[in-house]
Amino acid sequence: MTVLFEPFAYLFFQKGLAVAGISGALLGLIGVFIVLRGMSYIGHGLSHSIFGGFAAMQLFAAKFYAIGAGLWGIASALAITAVTKRSRVGADAAIGVITIASFAFGVALFAKFGTSGPSFENALFGSILGITTGQIVGLVAVSILTSMFVFLRYRALLFSSFDPDVAAVSGVNVGRIEAALMVVLSLAILATLTVIGVTLVAAMLVIPAVIARMLTNSFGRMLAYSTVIGMFCGLIGMYLSYFADVPSGTMIVLVGAFLFIVVLSSTGRRGLRRSAGLDRHPEDILPVKSR
Amino acid sequence: MTGTGVGPELIRLDGVSASYDRAVVLEDVSFHIHEDQFTGIVGPSGAGKTTLLRLLLQTLTPTTGTVWRAPDLRVAYVPQLETVNWNFPITVFDCVLMSRKSTRIRPWASASEKASVFEVLDRLGIGELSKRHIRELSGGQQQRMFLARALIRQPQLLLLDEPTSGVDISTRHDIMHLLADLHEDGVAIVLTTHDLNGIATHLPHLVCVNGRIVGEGTPNEVMTPTVLERTYGAQMEILEHLGVRLVVDQAPNFDSTKLKI
Repeated sequence: MTVLFEPFAYLFFQKGLAVAGISGALLGLIGVFIVLRGMSYIGHGLSHSIFGGFAAMQLFAAKFYAIGAGLWGIASALAITAVTKRSRVGADAAIGVITIASFAFGVALFAKFGTSGPSFENALFGSILGITTGQIVGLVAVSILTSMFVFLRYRALLFSSFDPDVAAVSGVNVGRIEAALMVVLSLAILATLTVIGVTLVAAMLVIPAVIARMLTNSFGRMLAYSTVIGMFCGLIGMYLSYFADVPSGTMIVLVGAFLFIVVLSSTGRRGLRRSAGLDRHPEDILPVKSR
Repeated sequence: MTGTGVGPELIRLDGVSASYDRAVVLEDVSFHIHEDQFTGIVGPSGAGKTTLLRLLLQTLTPTTGTVWRAPDLRVAYVPQLETVNWNFPITVFDCVLMSRKSTRIRPWASASEKASVFEVLDRLGIGELSKRHIRELSGGQQQRMFLARALIRQPQLLLLDEPTSGVDISTRHDIMHLLADLHEDGVAIVLTTHDLNGIATHLPHLVCVNGRIVGEGTPNEVMTPTVLERTYGAQMEILEHLGVRLVVDQAPNFDSTKLKI
């Protein structure tokens, strides 16, 4: 029995557990918008893109890697938004090029010059080790910022997620909301990167939100459920990773995947129907094809 | 219901052209909407009906010409049902509430907001459906919900894109009666439609579009073989039944005996 409580005796584990729980909740909260707006691929791409900034800052100014990678992430997010809106290249292809090129740049820097901060593997898959107080403060700050953004701009976020064109006609500044959402998303990815890992962040943006959607038809409840489910996955995944001796991000995602299967089995067709086509963005109300 | 537009102007397009990726969709359009107007925009697919709506909504910038809009004009828009994401997790109540103008910071509805949502839902006869998910409604109820979302903004001008597309005849009648009532209450209405006999012929004012405005006036003025051929590029005949004009295709120019039964 004492074996089960053994990890709680270590400070690094306590820190890791707190960070994993908050990270899961943060990604669960913001993941609702990512999933409902059909931005899952952007989330995936953005996490890879930030890796480039992360690696570059390790090289030039390791102390300030969070700031540098954050700026890199925000710049990538805004570039992706612009490309998605204006490019004649397909949005998926454009995002793939921008973000994976940034990722490749990061890999090249890591391979050539090594790192003075987190290891390459830890950056990719997350690690419980080496979590600093500064990282915890940063994560809490981003979580508070994100919660305030969602609380204060709830209706604008809801309207622009459900029906962006009518929202724009009704006075919602959809462009500004989208840009703010991308900035918050990139900050959330950056803040959770060390524990969840670059390659697994996208999964934690999607899994809690999809599970929550299978459980409810209400937007408000979906936000609450997704946040709680994300936190649950973070806490349990981190706890199990200690015993399994695998990277924390890996186990957090596996717990999420397991929960997804359990909920899918128990909700059956109802859950499937609810989550089907979640990323189907309503086409532009005034599409070129049907003018 | 006059609806031909003699009251004060709400929106005016002067010599407006619009294009997407350099492909000109509408050319040299001049079009006025007045306070008491009830207009149907008709034309074939790709004629520019939706582009015209988009210009009126000011979500599209014209390449030439000017768009004037009355100061502080309240406009509401009802999209095509086909464009809605029906899997989005939202109830009827929340769908209507999202459109209400509010300076309130807290996300949940105040007592007065709840009252105004239920007032408009009851007015449209769907008050008891407020807690339902939007996908659990019939086609007519869905259209009423989006009308409620538009009406909660107390618009002076209501724009609707194919409001009767994909609904049965009874629902179509219900929707048109609702729109007629709103018009009686002083809301100017502009809608697009493909339905010449079911909708267009019953409206007080029509605009025929095919890359430009090829006809404008009452159904008696524009539902003529000449205007319809210029609009649709096909020959059509006009019949009159109980004072209402009905459009029929001329005999098909293919051999129908070759069709397999």
